[in-house]
Amino acid sequence: MRVTDTHDNILNGSPSEKIPFWFDPRKRAIIYQIGVFCLVGLLAYYLVNNTLLNLKRQSIATGWGFLHKESAFEIGEHLIPYSAADTYSRALVVGALNTLKVSFVGIVITIFLGTFVGIARLSNNWLVSKLAGIYIEVMQDIPILLQLFFWYSLFYEFFPSPGQALSPIQGVFICNRGLILAVPEAQTAYKFMLAAFIVGCAGVYFLRRWARRRQAESGRIFPVFWVSAGILIGFPLITWLSFGAPFKLSIPELQGFNFKGGMTLSPEFIALLLGLVLYTAAFVAEVVRAGIQSVSKGQREAAMSIGLKTGQVLNLVILPQALRVIMPPLTSQMLNLTKNSSLAVAIGFPDFVSVANTTINQTGQSIEGVALIMAVYLIFSLSTSVFMNWYNKKVKLVER
Amino acid sequence: MENVLQQQQPEKIKPPVTHIGLVGWAKANLFNGWFNSVLTVVTLLLLYKTVPPLIRWAFINAVWKSAGTGCREATGACWSVISANYRFIFFGFYPYDQQWRPLVAMLLLFGLLFYSRNRHHWNKYLGYGWIAGLFVMGFLMKGGFLGLTSVESTKWGGLPLTLLLSVFGLTAAYPLGVLLALGRQSEMRGIKVLCIVYIELIRGVPLISLLFMGSIIFPLFLPEGVTINKILRAQIAIILFTAAYIAEVVRGGLQGVPRGQYEAAESLGLNIYLTMRLIVLPQALKIVIPPTVSILISAFKDTSLVVIIALFDLLKTTQTVLSNPKWLGFSREAYIFIALLYFLGCFSMANYSRKLEKELATDN
Repeated sequence: MRVTDTHDNILNGSPSEKIPFWFDPRKRAIIYQIGVFCLVGLLAYYLVNNTLLNLKRQSIATGWGFLHKESAFEIGEHLIPYSAADTYSRALVVGALNTLKVSFVGIVITIFLGTFVGIARLSNNWLVSKLAGIYIEVMQDIPILLQLFFWYSLFYEFFPSPGQALSPIQGVFICNRGLILAVPEAQTAYKFMLAAFIVGCAGVYFLRRWARRRQAESGRIFPVFWVSAGILIGFPLITWLSFGAPFKLSIPELQGFNFKGGMTLSPEFIALLLGLVLYTAAFVAEVVRAGIQSVSKGQREAAMSIGLKTGQVLNLVILPQALRVIMPPLTSQMLNLTKNSSLAVAIGFPDFVSVANTTINQTGQSIEGVALIMAVYLIFSLSTSVFMNWYNKKVKLVER
Repeated sequence: MENVLQQQQPEKIKPPVTHIGLVGWAKANLFNGWFNSVLTVVTLLLLYKTVPPLIRWAFINAVWKSAGTGCREATGACWSVISANYRFIFFGFYPYDQQWRPLVAMLLLFGLLFYSRNRHHWNKYLGYGWIAGLFVMGFLMKGGFLGLTSVESTKWGGLPLTLLLSVFGLTAAYPLGVLLALGRQSEMRGIKVLCIVYIELIRGVPLISLLFMGSIIFPLFLPEGVTINKILRAQIAIILFTAAYIAEVVRGGLQGVPRGQYEAAESLGLNIYLTMRLIVLPQALKIVIPPTVSILISAFKDTSLVVIIALFDLLKTTQTVLSNPKWLGFSREAYIFIALLYFLGCFSMANYSRKLEKELATDN
């Protein structure tokens, strides 16, 4: 009787006996948290205090003033104009843009290569499937840094000097100065073509929306794919023709000890890109394979039994479901590629980490430098995860 | 009559030759449909173009044993860059006559790993064995007692350093990772936020930035007069990094334990500590064994990044050999050899992980 009494009282929140506070989980939790925060705070205080003392003793001035000083070092590759007379902050921006450049190009190629290898792994052709399997296994099991060194060493040891450059295809040269490609010369028409392409993209977006709504209302299917392809290719093509079809190839030619004309991709860039793409593609292939396998066979059979054509089965039934599984791990692989691009510092490609490292060495501002590196990568990852959360919510399975 | 029938029966009609044996297999797996046939032919052609020259380069025309000069004329690979320098590649600057010590330490590690392969050997004593083994390995490397001369850790290098960084890194990061995972699942908001911030912060930045922090900033954190050597600083960076990834894996395991298990434990009157120790963690940690092996593989590969802060791991010792004018120009051979070592290590671990996954899946 008495037991139930107390029990009721506790439930009602009015204890007849006073309960010591350490038996109350809520109060205990507060005490724990205060304890943990005190410990963390103490540790932080200890470290910061030591750091400040050390900085004072070594007479290192902290602060971001160094960003406005002249950098006095050259950067081999830059997307925006840069010279050694510019400030450190500009040098860091150049580095960040280089990171973005190699990551973006790498991600695009990786997705294509990874999807290709992933599908090859699922092929019912034994030879192709096994080769894809070997590729995946080998590339995943060799450290990316080692791969970078390997590709880079090909350039400075294996490929000849520009004089004896290898030319596998006409207009393409490989030598120890990098990969030199014939590219079309810049024309004003190209800018307008780009604009036409962007307009085309917008047009396709609205066309898709319209087609989808019309299909939902009337059931009639609009050939979106072919019309979109027509718009995307047609718009720039018409622009190009209306400018009188200007076209002139800039063909690289050997002059003295180096190539003139064309586009030169530096050995560092190629090695970094090659390493990142080949390494990450192996992981992406596994992701793609798992995604495709996750769609059950019944889905395909059901789609076919209601009379969809093969393309429609893939487009409307298989891909949307596979993509839902593929996207999250795919994004994390893309982030991995971006983070791994920081290894550029080891082969001398001027990415953000490499430029920051030079800055640290020249100015001695190690804390600010490392903080900058971390901040830049955090911005990349956090913005990606914000986007991913939005996307996941959008494609989330609507359960009834 | 019956007899006659029975005698006739064993003479079964064999399936046509195109459906069995090698031909049948090839037809089913390589030449089903025109597309696959074309694919097979093209692939075979590509293999024919690439594989024989590679074999000629790597084996037939290769030089296996020579001092640098013999390699210069050879048309094949120069494997003597390995055979002439393997002691340095494996052990770095460790005193030459003492190199049996890291060798014994590595053998001890491999022995322990090999013994732990079998799941039936997993018990408390194996755990103690590992702790003792790790200490013995450390003492063997360090020396300074029982007549072993002391070897400064600045001279450690090569494969032992690579293994040391990854195995110690994982061992030390594991408890931290479990704590972080529990913190992230905790109902105490403050602790939860703290853990989330730590995990996401670390997972958002590349390992190299942490290694930079370890090598450049860490000395500033310590009071005057206290110094930690370079290897330990890299080790701490690796531990802090790995712990965040372990935390995420363990969180997956914690979420994999059915809700009913928590409730059952609570209804038995177990407090949160006992619930975790006796009910939840044993199940969760069992689920996460295969992904933990993947983390070990990553850690093993990632230790190669210490090259950038100039520690002499396997990759750096190889590069040191390659910078010797005598061996200049044989990077491909050396890197392929190192890649092979890494591949063997990672591949066997990955295989083991897959096997384990299968075994554990049937047990449940």
